[in-house]
Amino acid sequence: MFPSRYWREIPQRYRLEAAKCTGCGKVSFPPRSKCPKCGGVEFDEARLPEKGVVKTFTIIRVAPSQFVEQAPYAVGIVELEGGVKITAQIVDCPLEDIKIGQKVRIEFRRLQEDGCSGVICYGYKCVPAL
Amino acid sequence: MAGIVGYGAYVPRHRIKVEEIAKVWGTDAESYKRGLMLKEKSVPAPDQDTITMSVEAARNAVKRAGIDPVLIEAVYVGSESHPYAVKPSGTVVSEAVGTTRNIHCADFEFACKAGSEAMFICIGLVEGGAVRYGLAIGADTSQGAPGDALEYSAAAGAAAFIFGKEDGVARVLHTHTFMTDTPDFWRREYEYYPRHGGRFTGEQAYFRHITTAASQMMEKAKMKPQDFTYAVFHQPNGKFPMKVGEMLGFKREQMEAGWLSPTLGNTYSGSSPMGLTAILDVAKPGEKILMTSFGSGAGSDGFIFEVTKQIDKVRDVAPKTREQLDNKTYIEYGVYAKFRGKIRKAV
Repeated sequence: MFPSRYWREIPQRYRLEAAKCTGCGKVSFPPRSKCPKCGGVEFDEARLPEKGVVKTFTIIRVAPSQFVEQAPYAVGIVELEGGVKITAQIVDCPLEDIKIGQKVRIEFRRLQEDGCSGVICYGYKCVPAL
Repeated sequence: MAGIVGYGAYVPRHRIKVEEIAKVWGTDAESYKRGLMLKEKSVPAPDQDTITMSVEAARNAVKRAGIDPVLIEAVYVGSESHPYAVKPSGTVVSEAVGTTRNIHCADFEFACKAGSEAMFICIGLVEGGAVRYGLAIGADTSQGAPGDALEYSAAAGAAAFIFGKEDGVARVLHTHTFMTDTPDFWRREYEYYPRHGGRFTGEQAYFRHITTAASQMMEKAKMKPQDFTYAVFHQPNGKFPMKVGEMLGFKREQMEAGWLSPTLGNTYSGSSPMGLTAILDVAKPGEKILMTSFGSGAGSDGFIFEVTKQIDKVRDVAPKTREQLDNKTYIEYGVYAKFRGKIRKAV
């Protein structure tokens, strides 16, 4: 990932910072410049909770080039407490043990790296809840 | 004096048993288990490193501190496995935790005592009034060369402490340090694995520095081993910390609460700081703790803490260290070799 793009996404990737529409209250993640519900353009910063439930998931076996070393791996849609859904890798769990409805929590992990000499990208993944 | 306002640890989920490593290299697992008192060690997943574990430990510390992280004005990450050779680990940790941007930040290195260095400096800055809260972290994902004795112990983990002017969960009563130039263990630039002086790492390095720092500190504090409920020392294996404690006059029951290495391994910069988190998980108000780290090269930092009533209010706010230690998945040597980058997938 190009360093400037990674840098722009740090607030959402590191701290799960979302945008809460001041007009209708809809929380958008990742943050958007225009509210998809009411069209509002004023937002408050909102921090998403760390716990959630797996709504659905898939196993990636043929991965994009920067994720080849990680394959096979699971990517899921996780509904966090409060109702916001995020897309995240589900790790620290055998692939065959991942279940829809499983409780998970957010952990800080390496997402990808640009070879041995490039920037290391960090962000959130989901792990089974303790 | 300053106090520990919040503390937290992080232990990766994966473990490898001593038998699994011994099987590959044709060595006698029982001699390692008996001789070094090691059963298994933690292994970081491929997407974990010093930065990710530091963030998790620091988030646990913030939860226990109950403070707005924006009040943290210093962050120091001590490690010998910083992911970048040039670019601080602390900037990522600071952004992920959500501290102020008017923060003093540095990465520390001093073999296995880089974490206690971070603690030492945070205490000084808080006591001097330069910062309101300081975040000190010791974390490592250290490597032992394949087949080397270190491969049986080199593990991964992190501990984080937030120091403030208030007493917090434990008051800092005394600090002390002792250092000499002793080439017992090193890693040269561009080298992947460290080298060590074999038996020279024992008497002249580990035992000399810890016993000197701890005994000088107790003399300065006019305290004796029996004045402490708990003691924790650097844990390069299971045997050394118990032996050095006995040399100083401590009893086994004073050291057991913080003795994690038999099932955790050596977490280097995280070692004695993680032992301290395990002690705080069980300590009662009024109890005193002696901690002495050791870093090759070589030196030891000593601390004396007194636990306060606040501990009962915060210890359950974040995962306890031994709870994390008990939450584990065993892996075989092949998976371990992949996780640690000893073998790479052809792409």
